[in-house]
Amino acid sequence: MKAVRFPLPAGRLLRFAGAHAVLLVGAAFMLLPFLWMLLTAIRAPDEILTGGLNPIPRSFHAVENFSAAMQQAPLLRFMVNGVIICSGILIIQLLVAIPAAYALAKLRFPGRGLLFAAVIGGLCIPIQVPALPIYLALAEFGLLDSYFAMMVPFFLSVFAIFLFRQTFRGFPDEILQAARVDGLGEFEILWRIVVPSALPAIAAFSIFSIVAHWNDLYWPMIVIQRMDYAPPPLGMLFFANSETGASYGVLMAGATIITAPLVIVFLLARRRFVQGITMTGIK
Amino acid sequence: MADIAIRNVEKSYGKTAVLHGINLEIADGEFLVILGPSGCGKSTLLRMIAGLEGITRGEIAIAGRVVNTLEPRERGCAMVFQNYALYPHMTVAENIGYALKVAGLPKAERERRVAEIARIVGLEAFLARRPSELSGGQRQRVAMGRAMIREPKVFLFDEPLSNLDAKLRVQMRLEIRRLHQRLQATSVFVTHDQIEAMSLADRIVVMNQGRIEQAGPPRLLYAEPATRFVASFLGAPAMNLLPATIVAKDRARMADGTEIALDPGRFVVEIGQAVEIGIRPEDVMIVWPGSEGAHALEVEFTEDMGSSRLIHTRLGGMEFTVLQPAAQIEAEGHLPITIPEDAIHLFDRHSGKRLERHIPVIGTAASAAA
Repeated sequence: MKAVRFPLPAGRLLRFAGAHAVLLVGAAFMLLPFLWMLLTAIRAPDEILTGGLNPIPRSFHAVENFSAAMQQAPLLRFMVNGVIICSGILIIQLLVAIPAAYALAKLRFPGRGLLFAAVIGGLCIPIQVPALPIYLALAEFGLLDSYFAMMVPFFLSVFAIFLFRQTFRGFPDEILQAARVDGLGEFEILWRIVVPSALPAIAAFSIFSIVAHWNDLYWPMIVIQRMDYAPPPLGMLFFANSETGASYGVLMAGATIITAPLVIVFLLARRRFVQGITMTGIK
Repeated sequence: MADIAIRNVEKSYGKTAVLHGINLEIADGEFLVILGPSGCGKSTLLRMIAGLEGITRGEIAIAGRVVNTLEPRERGCAMVFQNYALYPHMTVAENIGYALKVAGLPKAERERRVAEIARIVGLEAFLARRPSELSGGQRQRVAMGRAMIREPKVFLFDEPLSNLDAKLRVQMRLEIRRLHQRLQATSVFVTHDQIEAMSLADRIVVMNQGRIEQAGPPRLLYAEPATRFVASFLGAPAMNLLPATIVAKDRARMADGTEIALDPGRFVVEIGQAVEIGIRPEDVMIVWPGSEGAHALEVEFTEDMGSSRLIHTRLGGMEFTVLQPAAQIEAEGHLPITIPEDAIHLFDRHSGKRLERHIPVIGTAASAAA
């Protein structure tokens, strides 16, 4: 610091400090479970319930816990399942939602308003509502206990359609017209001109989607019985019930391993993620 | 050969009609400027030629082929937009060459043509940049390069200079003119700027409220505006228009009793007819005090424009401007002037039409009557 100058007047400083205090408390509440998970994962069994928040355990038990988790549960299998399910869902969601959103945002056709109203309406329906009919249909076709069963309810994301439609709307019409005069078809315009400009929004949605489906327990629990297909949370549930009993240290080590990819993905895409939510489109 | 024929073209959005029966022939290689105020339908007409707007009624033919139902890419037009409309995530070279890529040309051929076009529009040093790293003038050059590379039969310009600052606008105007001389492609240029229109056009079409007011060479439109609207729209400073009533074959009287002499042989008028007398500020003659038939105007204020001076006065209670060369002595107090009879334009106050014994018919000016 070169210039020694008080940057803010006292009143603003106070408000600044107040706002940050509130944010800090909020952050503490969000992070405390993770911290607890990490602490439990490195502690010896006898210390887990007595150690409090003391960050340095008396006996360092991380290696034992993590190796036990890796040996006792097919964590890698769960994570591979998670990757298959999340990427499958995301790819189809993007393939469906991007053209739909483009049509709703930029093409004029009869019934557009009605369709968009239906999209908004769709935002209000949670997965629990169509769960039973979808389950029955999957059972009818013998598709339960498969990756497809875990992915199919999420292929059509109204949230993605809504988000991309708002983003595409901000895209200048003149550029689309220039592209049409240049000889591009509508699909080329969409994938080669519009989508590259909407990458922040697509990245933001991708993170939402991956986080939601990586962590989803409800739907896999309904359609999956066999452990080979279990995504991470369901896998952890099987694991907790069958193998570990009350071995919280091992359980938390497993939870740490399966949470890590998400945290890493978020940290990598953080900037794009914030961009995608705070602004729609270029301009 | 790429002449454009526009026949009885109409455009409506629902019940709102924005173009009413436009007829226009644009010759091969002609530089046509469509001039009019915002909302007159000029951009709509251009976009209908490009295929970006549907045609409600009538037909448009390019090089003898009716294009009403053709997609924009099938019409062989290239268009330059007001906001440049560059592809934001592509470099200058990619922007210019993209149409060729879409058309499936081999890479070497594409690169050769992009380099050639970049040289013509003066962008060789910027080929690797993105549009966001360019100035407005450079962006407009990219847009023009992108249009040129396709070697189109028809160039369409939709107010391409409106977003540039005044100096750059003049410079780009010259470059567009030069480009046209070089390429000789049929060009249609839409603008609301009458100076742009006067300086660029082989022929100007003045539009107002979805109709063609007059079409013809710039000089003709300036010298013999067919309607009051054309008279007021062309020319800066604008033509003075004075409401008056014909009281004799050779005289019109304004509301306050001021009389203006008319050449009785020139105009077809009736006694009692309500007219507007048009006189361009540069046609007003400043005379010695006490000269015969002189009006003494009270000077309100003067604008110095460098090479000339614009004197704001009142005549018969109406605003009246006089353009005076800067070399002359600056007028103060009262300014004695006369209005040369052959400099007077006379319009019917109700129809707005020019009143003259011979109606000028040059080009397709007759369509102004449609």
